[in-house]
Amino acid sequence: MDIHEYQAKELLRNFGIDVPRGGLAYSPEQAQYRAAEIGGERWVVKAQIHSGGRGKAGGIKMCTSDAEVGAAAEDLLGKRLVTKQTGARGRIVNRLYVEAATDVERELYLGIVLDRSQERIVVVASASGGMEIEEIAADSPESIIRCAIEPAVGMQDFQAREIAFALKIPPALITQAVRALMGAYRAFRDLDAVMVEINPLVVTRDGRLLALDAKMGFDDNALFRRASIAEFRDKSQEDPREMQAADRGLSYVGLEGNIGCIINGAGLAMATMDMIEHAGGEPANFMDIGGGASPERVAKAFRLVCNDKNVEAILVNIFAGINRCDWVAEGIVQALEKIELGMPLVVRLAGTNVEAGRAILRDSGLPIIMADTLAEAAERVVAAWRRARAAH
Amino acid sequence: MAILIDEESKVIVQGFTGQIGTFHADEMIKYGTNVVGGVTPGKGGTTHLGRPVFNTVKEAVSATGANASIVFVPPPFAADSLMEAADGGIQYCVAITDGIPAHDMIRVKRYMRRYRAEHRMRLTGPNCAGTISPGRAMLGIMPGHIYKPGSVGIVGRSGTLGYEAASQMKAVGIGVSTSVGIGGDPINGSSFRDILELFEQDPETQAVVMIGEIGGPQEAEAARYFKAHMKKPLIGYIAGLTAPKGRRMGHAGAIISAFGESAAEKVEILQECGVTVVPNPSEFGATVAGVLAGLR
Repeated sequence: MDIHEYQAKELLRNFGIDVPRGGLAYSPEQAQYRAAEIGGERWVVKAQIHSGGRGKAGGIKMCTSDAEVGAAAEDLLGKRLVTKQTGARGRIVNRLYVEAATDVERELYLGIVLDRSQERIVVVASASGGMEIEEIAADSPESIIRCAIEPAVGMQDFQAREIAFALKIPPALITQAVRALMGAYRAFRDLDAVMVEINPLVVTRDGRLLALDAKMGFDDNALFRRASIAEFRDKSQEDPREMQAADRGLSYVGLEGNIGCIINGAGLAMATMDMIEHAGGEPANFMDIGGGASPERVAKAFRLVCNDKNVEAILVNIFAGINRCDWVAEGIVQALEKIELGMPLVVRLAGTNVEAGRAILRDSGLPIIMADTLAEAAERVVAAWRRARAAH
Repeated sequence: MAILIDEESKVIVQGFTGQIGTFHADEMIKYGTNVVGGVTPGKGGTTHLGRPVFNTVKEAVSATGANASIVFVPPPFAADSLMEAADGGIQYCVAITDGIPAHDMIRVKRYMRRYRAEHRMRLTGPNCAGTISPGRAMLGIMPGHIYKPGSVGIVGRSGTLGYEAASQMKAVGIGVSTSVGIGGDPINGSSFRDILELFEQDPETQAVVMIGEIGGPQEAEAARYFKAHMKKPLIGYIAGLTAPKGRRMGHAGAIISAFGESAAEKVEILQECGVTVVPNPSEFGATVAGVLAGLR
C-alpha cells in the first residue's frame, strides 16, 4: 500500500527526521490560509498523488505571493496528473500540500528497501540526489552506497555514521544525519514498510538537514497489525476496478487488451495471459480468483470483467485441485443465469472431476465454447474475438 | 529416494484442528502420507482424524518421532509456528500459509541460521501448494492424482501452473520424482537454487523443470548455478511476459521492480546459461519429452 507525501513526512517526523513546515489543503482558500500560517515569502504547492515524477508533470509549483498560491491550488485541484508512472489515466489531485520553500545547498538520495537476494533490509544512499535511483544507477553507479542491516540486532549507529560520512555531510550535521538515518530505518522496521525513499534529502544553505520529498510503501500482508497505517489508504488513487476486486477478495490488475481473463492461481493467470498473446490476442486483465472458486466468487469475477468496456471476449481457465470442476461449472452456470454476457465465452476446465464439469457446461444449453487444453483455450478465444469483431 | 519427503517421512500438521488443516490433513492421509499427529496449542491430549494432538511441536516430536511438518497456521501466527518447528527438531517444513508479513519471514530466516547446518530445518514456502513425491507422500494441498510417479523433478512458485505442467507431462507419459512449491512470496524458505542442488544429488531424478515468474533475482541465480554446477538437464519457464512493470500480479513477490526482473530478461539469462526454455505454457509436456529423448 502506498501513502501520500504529507503522510510519509508526518510519520518520518515522529521518528526524528526534520521536514520543512507545511500543511494540507483541500481548496485554494485553505492553501492560502496554510501559506499565511507557515509564514515567509516563498512556498511550494505540491499535488498529493500516489506517484513519482510529479515535478515533470507540472504537479509542483513554486509561489511567491498569496495570489500565486491560490492560482496554483485552483489549477491543480481536481486535475488528473499524468506522470510516467501513472499510465494514461493519470491520478486525480484531491489534496495539496503547501510547504515553506527551501534554499538548497546539496541534494542527497536516501532509500530503504527489502533486498530479496540478501533477505535483509538494505539502506541505499547517494550524494547525487534529486534524480531517480535508476538514473543515479545509470549515471554514477559508483556514488551509490549500500548498507545491509543484520536482522537480529538492527541498524547500528556506526552504520549510520559510515553512510553520513560517505555522503560528505558537513561535520556539524553528522549527529543530526545519524538521527535521521536511524529514524528512517526504525520507521521502516516498526511500521512494516517495504519502501522508504527520501529524495531529495537536502543540506540547506542555512545548515539544516531536511527531507524535501518522502515516499513510503507498506506490506499489505502486515496491515492487519498496522491499523494506523491502513487508515492512510486513499481509494481515490486506486484503479476503481482493482479496488472493487480487492474488496471482493479477488486479485485483479487492469490492462489495455480486449480479452477478459478469469483464472485460478497467479502463475496460471500470468501463463494464460502469455498464451493469449502468443495466439495473437491481448489480455484485458490479470485475475486470480483464488483456490476455492465458489459459485459466488465466479459470479463476482464475471461481473467485474463485464464492467470493463474494453472486454470483447472472455476466457475462463480453471485448474481445479481442492475445488472440483463440477463445482466450478455449477458456479459458471449460476453466474450466467444472472448476467447477460453478449460476447463469446471460452471455458477450459482441468483437474479433479473434469468430465463431470464439462458435462454440466454442455448440458446447460449456454453458448459456451469448450476447450480441453491451454493452447486450445487461447486459440479459441482469440478466434472467437476476431469473429465477434468482424461481425460488428 | 525422491527429495525432501517419501513414505518414511513422519509428518505432523501445525494448525491441525482448524478447518483448512483438517481438510488437507485428511487428503494427505488418504494419499498415503504418514501423518503421525498434529499441533494445536490448548488441544493437547485430544485425538483428531484418529491421530494425537499436541500442545507444542517439541511434545509432538518426542512422542511420535516426527521429522516433517506442514503449517496451516493463519498469517499473524505463522512465523512463530515456523520458528517453533525449527527449534523443535523438525527437519523439513512446508509453509502453506498465504499472507505472512515480509518482515516476519526475514526474522524466521535469521532465526533458522542459529542452528548448525546439520541441525538446521529446511523450509519451503510460504504461500505455496506444498511438496509431493508421487506415489509416496504428499505434504501439500495439490490434487495428488495429476502426478504420475517418475524421474523428472519440478520446482515452481505457483500452485496451479505447476499442476498444468505436471498434467501435461502425465499426458505424454512422463512422471515426477518430486514436485516442490517454493511459493510466491518475496522472502521464502528455499530458493530455486536450493532445490536444484537437491535434485542434482538425487539418483532418482533425471531432469528438472523450473517454473518461475516475474520479480526477484532467484531464477537468474538458479540459471547461473545450473551452468556452473549441474550435470542434469534443466528445463525452464518464466510466466508474465505480458505483465506490466511495477504492478503486483497476484503473488506478493510477482512484481517487476528492478533491472533483470521481467520475464523477457529472465528468459534471456536462462538461455545464456544453457537452460532449455519452454517456449509457451502449452509446451511443458513436449519440451520435457524432447529433453528426455536426448538423454537416451
